[in-house]
Amino acid sequence: MLIYWANDVYKIGWGDKTILHFFPDSFYKALHIPFRLAEGMGVHFVFMWLFIINGFIYFLYLIISGNWRLIFPNKNSFKESMQVILHDLHLRKTAPPQKKYNAAQRIAYTLIIIMGLGSVLTGLSIYKPIQFNKLTTLLGGYEWARIEHFTFTILFVLFFLVHVMQVIFAGWNNFQSMITGFFVINAEKEISLQPALQPVHIDENKSTLETGKNELVSEKNEDIFLSEKEDDDLHEKINEDE
Amino acid sequence: MKMNEEKEIEISSKKFRNKSILSFAVFFILIVLAIFFWKAIRRQPRIAGTPQPIHKVLTANEKLFSNFLSNQHLAKTYPRSAAAKNVRFNGNLGLKSNLDTSAWKLKVVRSPGDTLFISLDEIKALPKTELVFNFKCIEGWSQITDWGGVKFSDFAKKYNLNVQTQMKYAGLITPDKEYYVGIDMPSMMHPQTLLCYEMNGKPLPLKHGYPLRIITPVKYGIKSLKRIGTIFFSNTPPPDYWYERGYDYYSGL
Repeated sequence: MLIYWANDVYKIGWGDKTILHFFPDSFYKALHIPFRLAEGMGVHFVFMWLFIINGFIYFLYLIISGNWRLIFPNKNSFKESMQVILHDLHLRKTAPPQKKYNAAQRIAYTLIIIMGLGSVLTGLSIYKPIQFNKLTTLLGGYEWARIEHFTFTILFVLFFLVHVMQVIFAGWNNFQSMITGFFVINAEKEISLQPALQPVHIDENKSTLETGKNELVSEKNEDIFLSEKEDDDLHEKINEDE
Repeated sequence: MKMNEEKEIEISSKKFRNKSILSFAVFFILIVLAIFFWKAIRRQPRIAGTPQPIHKVLTANEKLFSNFLSNQHLAKTYPRSAAAKNVRFNGNLGLKSNLDTSAWKLKVVRSPGDTLFISLDEIKALPKTELVFNFKCIEGWSQITDWGGVKFSDFAKKYNLNVQTQMKYAGLITPDKEYYVGIDMPSMMHPQTLLCYEMNGKPLPLKHGYPLRIITPVKYGIKSLKRIGTIFFSNTPPPDYWYERGYDYYSGL
């Protein structure tokens, strides 16, 4: 399979029939990467360490800090993620209540961790397919592992694109919170800040706050929503506001 | 859950502004540093076409992963029927010049001034090993291919290369000296490394390295040199064609 790393000059001149040519020549040209396989591999096998170390530290941090609770999906996430997606596509008026991350985010951010692990394992199995031949076999053999590794790469790119688009849609306050670590709730005279650990949220009812229910996300930066006791009421309220 | 509960704090706009500025300053400084760092790496002096820092990591990778290489770790083998009939031809480096195949003899330099000349028939008389494995090219393609020849380790035993195979590397060169590779001795002595004279049960075609080539499954195909002229031994890494062009010296699998 000519997936990537393929050096086009050999393929055209000397190769067998090409069944699948995943990236057209224009793709390589646009990125200025034709004939730079050696360099690309060198960089790949250096930055793999950053990828592994970074992923490992992030995962450890999630576990030790307890923040995994905000990220890993709970039992409602799978159902709610659909509603979030419909909401984001403007096919549904309300989004389900959430904490810092909505259900779709929870699933996406958990998947990205699994994908990271998948990239490392499939990568190792094609980097050293003989020394780690058991792993390679487990992943369906060398050629399958290559395809899997490549698929993960494409998924990472798609994740990145959607992620950046969502950040753009979410607006400045969201973006600045990614950088500064706090989210501006009320930007009038006094500015109220929360650690970015937690959602955009103002709740006057402390008891509901502790149960973690009835939380609201403000979509407009300076809006303050008051929470109601029941989700339904809450959604109605958003509808009214909108 | 306590630590995950939302905390709201109120701060003055001035403090907010200062915090924001600081955060964004750090953010942009990190971006600039990353770009600077990347450019600095690329500006470093190059060793064999590779910037020094990258070269260093690749050497460390080699050290780490060569620990896993052993004669117990074998490339997966396949039944003969799985082998490709139309074997991919991917390079004619070292094959461009004419070769008087009848006069060909393998040169094995045991030490300076002590060279063995071994004919193809003598090599064919050694115990034959057949190997059907997935040949992997550094460019990304792979193909199940069928090879026959003598294990280099058997060959070394037969020709009393004990002292030589204690050295760290073997170097192989084509008769026209256009193509050359260096292979670490553990890979050379690996039980699947063959001095190969057959492909699909027939004599090697010229373009696949007749009369004799090396097949080393524990390396990418760039190390499986065709048409061997000379084999020599060294404690320092022998010259390697693709290494000089930026590829990893080890290229181990």
